[in-house]
Amino acid sequence: MQAKVFVTLKNGVHDPQGETVSHTLKSMGYDEVGDIRIGKYIEVELKGADGEAAKARLTEMCEKLLANTVIESYRIEL
Amino acid sequence: MKFGVVVFPGSNCDHDCFHVATHVMGHEARFLWHKDTDIGDVDCLILPGGFSYGDYLRSGAMAACSPIMDSVKKFADAGGLVIGICNGFQILVEARMLPGVLIRNDSLKFICKDIHLRIENTETPFTNACRPGQVLRIPIAHHDGNYYADKKEISRLLKKGQILFRYCSPEGDVEDDTNPNGSLEAVAGITNEKGNVCGMMPHPERCAEDLLGNQDGIKIFESIIKAIDERK
Repeated sequence: MQAKVFVTLKNGVHDPQGETVSHTLKSMGYDEVGDIRIGKYIEVELKGADGEAAKARLTEMCEKLLANTVIESYRIEL
Repeated sequence: MKFGVVVFPGSNCDHDCFHVATHVMGHEARFLWHKDTDIGDVDCLILPGGFSYGDYLRSGAMAACSPIMDSVKKFADAGGLVIGICNGFQILVEARMLPGVLIRNDSLKFICKDIHLRIENTETPFTNACRPGQVLRIPIAHHDGNYYADKKEISRLLKKGQILFRYCSPEGDVEDDTNPNGSLEAVAGITNEKGNVCGMMPHPERCAEDLLGNQDGIKIFESIIKAIDERK
């Protein structure tokens, strides 16, 4: 099975990359663009089919490595 | 005394640290591979700069999960001195041995230049050879050196004197335009609460001998050696 993990910056954490992309889009004429926050999308191939167990293991992986929970949140989709 | 220099895949300041510890300071040093679990009888561990694991995912994230890091944590818990320089600092925050995180420089650029640092606390094993408020000129070379922690953490760091170094002007003034990377409180280096684990973005090992035209970095090594001598 494949899991999708979305890692995003928590509210209030400065995102210089997002700001620069937002600036560029505005300078390209996309005046409707407001704040941009850039995150990561991770696909994880998993052995086994037990959804609940997989989610628990993935949560552990996010806490330990995939996200830095000081500044990032994560969401898991199975 | 004995230094241990931890080598991760992608470390590139390991030999500089080894050189300063041995040839410049005249002490012993040994390299420790990231897969080692026995760190032996070292007095101070150095996590050197570089690009461990290619900075993939987040700088320092993968190295923080290396086999040796359990031993590094145990060593620090027992009061051992640990200093992380540049990528080493990133590894220490990722390993949660130091508070906060180091995010992308606010300019989004890799910055490689000499900067000035003001010593904010001289009562630590990493700064005891400095004068209060002393200004050191030391190079930085990083892409992710923008220190961030939430407000609560920042006020705790300030209250407990855990901010060791701040980016400043040559005269020692901390201004917006002397902050190269957007770090909160112009943080260039901190310690843990116990004061035995230090992380700093500037590279003291790159300016610790006359031959290189700048010896300011030697102060950090002198401090560590003095602290270890006093313990013995």
